[in-house]
Amino acid sequence: MSQGRTVDPLDSVDSRAVFVAVSKTPEFRELRSSFRRFAFPMTIAGLTSYFVYVVLSIYAVDFMASPFLGMVGLNTGIMLGLFQFVVVWVWTAIYVNYANRKLDPLAASIKAHIVNEGAA
Amino acid sequence: MITLLETPQYGNPVINIAVFALFVAATLAVVITVSRQKTKASDFYTGGAKFSGRQNGLAITGDYLSAAAFLGVTGAIAIYGYDGLLYSVGFFVALLIALYLVAEPMRNTGKYTMADVLSFRMSQKPVRTAAATSTLVISFVYLLAQMAGAGGLVALLLGVSDRNMQSLVIGLVGVLMIVYVLIGGMKGTTWVQMIKAVLLVSGAAVMTFLVLMGNGFNLDGLALAAQQAALDATTGTGKDLLEPMGRYGATDWTKLSFLSLSLALIAGPSGLPHVLMRFYTVPTAKEARKSAVWAIVLVGVFFLFTLVLGLGAAKLVGQQTILAAPGGANSAAPLLALNLGGEIFMGVISGVAFATILAVVAGLTITASASFAHDVYNSILKDGKADPAQEVRVARYTSIVVGVLAILGGIAANGQNIAFLISLAFAVAASANLPSILYTLYWKRFNTRGSVWSIYTGLISAVVLIVFSPAISGSKTSMMGEGVNFAWFPLDNPALVSVPLAFLAGWVGTVTSRERGDEEFALEMEVRSMTGAGAGEAISH
Repeated sequence: MSQGRTVDPLDSVDSRAVFVAVSKTPEFRELRSSFRRFAFPMTIAGLTSYFVYVVLSIYAVDFMASPFLGMVGLNTGIMLGLFQFVVVWVWTAIYVNYANRKLDPLAASIKAHIVNEGAA
Repeated sequence: MITLLETPQYGNPVINIAVFALFVAATLAVVITVSRQKTKASDFYTGGAKFSGRQNGLAITGDYLSAAAFLGVTGAIAIYGYDGLLYSVGFFVALLIALYLVAEPMRNTGKYTMADVLSFRMSQKPVRTAAATSTLVISFVYLLAQMAGAGGLVALLLGVSDRNMQSLVIGLVGVLMIVYVLIGGMKGTTWVQMIKAVLLVSGAAVMTFLVLMGNGFNLDGLALAAQQAALDATTGTGKDLLEPMGRYGATDWTKLSFLSLSLALIAGPSGLPHVLMRFYTVPTAKEARKSAVWAIVLVGVFFLFTLVLGLGAAKLVGQQTILAAPGGANSAAPLLALNLGGEIFMGVISGVAFATILAVVAGLTITASASFAHDVYNSILKDGKADPAQEVRVARYTSIVVGVLAILGGIAANGQNIAFLISLAFAVAASANLPSILYTLYWKRFNTRGSVWSIYTGLISAVVLIVFSPAISGSKTSMMGEGVNFAWFPLDNPALVSVPLAFLAGWVGTVTSRERGDEEFALEMEVRSMTGAGAGEAISH
């Protein structure tokens, strides 16, 4: 591993043992499960919303072409399509908020620990 | 011979050419300026990994919004209405996977290419070979589609209908692309993408504003007016623009084909090598996250614009005029610009569309060359011991070869139905790359055999199924025409079959292999990908 983008203190030491030890700490387990319990269900929910919209568009044409709250132009289907944009933006805001608030502090403290161990 | 049907000429080709030349001159100046202080080998691939999240987000937006996204989606909405929107929504929702599952761990575990991540804890050579193969196939197919599209665009924008002249322009695009890549490397290419993204999004914003202004900012009214114009047999196609399945609803098979396409659309982008490579041009995972957020905001806004533009084109230009223009549906956006703001405005929008092609092909070329030099030349042929300077030299030569191949392929494919090339690139990215990426990042047990099987199964099944699909032969819209028919696969897009197959092959390969995978390597990778430790960030020196 010689081709580093910048100076990497971990390249100079036998770092694998440090990483393996860290992977078994309660702090890392908490980070891992905080991420997975959040990211997996959220991704699945976002994609489900999209596929519901697609399948309705394919197989429920009359329903999707029906007026939405009196709007004949912006019908149910187009509004559901626009709703997907809202879903993506809301999901993005939730992700950024969760990552900044919950994941980053956990990751930062683990990383500081690794760098100390690695440099020692 | 007297030709009764003359190709109509729209706008002023001289203005279009002038705007395009201005873009080329300005971006070349930027590329030369920013590439002055190039020192390290890695700069060619990642631009020194010094871009901020916002800058990189603009560049991702630029990579994401190819000419197909601007001209293609606007045209699809103008002609097919609802179904065009369906397409853009899928392409947009795809960014959720990139943000939630791919961007940050990729940044934390890789250096230059997708193969870096896939081979991190596996046996290097087989996995790198597989990953480099799919990277090169996808990049080349995507490149071919862009180059062939350039030919059609030229017909409309520059008033060049002679085939030899079109070939000359395709050659010119290719040469410019090689120049950008050789002079600027990743840094220069990223700057070109950023400039183009700003121009494209603001150009679309101005057009959207003008369309809405002409309609009292009433989107519902605009939709109705577009629907009326489409139903009117003198201006439109007579189809209901606001009803689903105008484009994809002919038979049960075409409906299923669309379902398959939707899967390719959402799973493909997170497997597109030139998009993935963008996460290496930032210094930290946090900046990678910011880039994804910027891209999500801008791409989303842009696709909302295209909805207004498509409806506006159907209403103001009329579907029959669009379809009769050289370039067909693709001409909806430039013709709308002509209608809204006259020749100069059309020149600006056309120049932006052309710049879009140029910037995207440059990004693709650098991805393909990086993968060849870093994965094939250094890691496979030289056992990872090649001199970094030599590796970059190989990358530069490769970019020339890729450029020449793209020019020749683009000339050959000019005028062909290129939609299947795009859908092929997405289907291959979705089936060959994404399953392997997700397994590598999130399944510790995943091993070398699983990875190799998954990549090749995805790649081969996607390619084979599309060759024997109605996109290539046996239908009126197919590449070979209706006369030749060897299609036995009923769907236009293979993703519905090839993506599950690739996931299955990855699982079967893993559990049937004796190799338990290097447990320690897997743990190390997991810690690195989650924390970013060791990703070599921001240490000033």
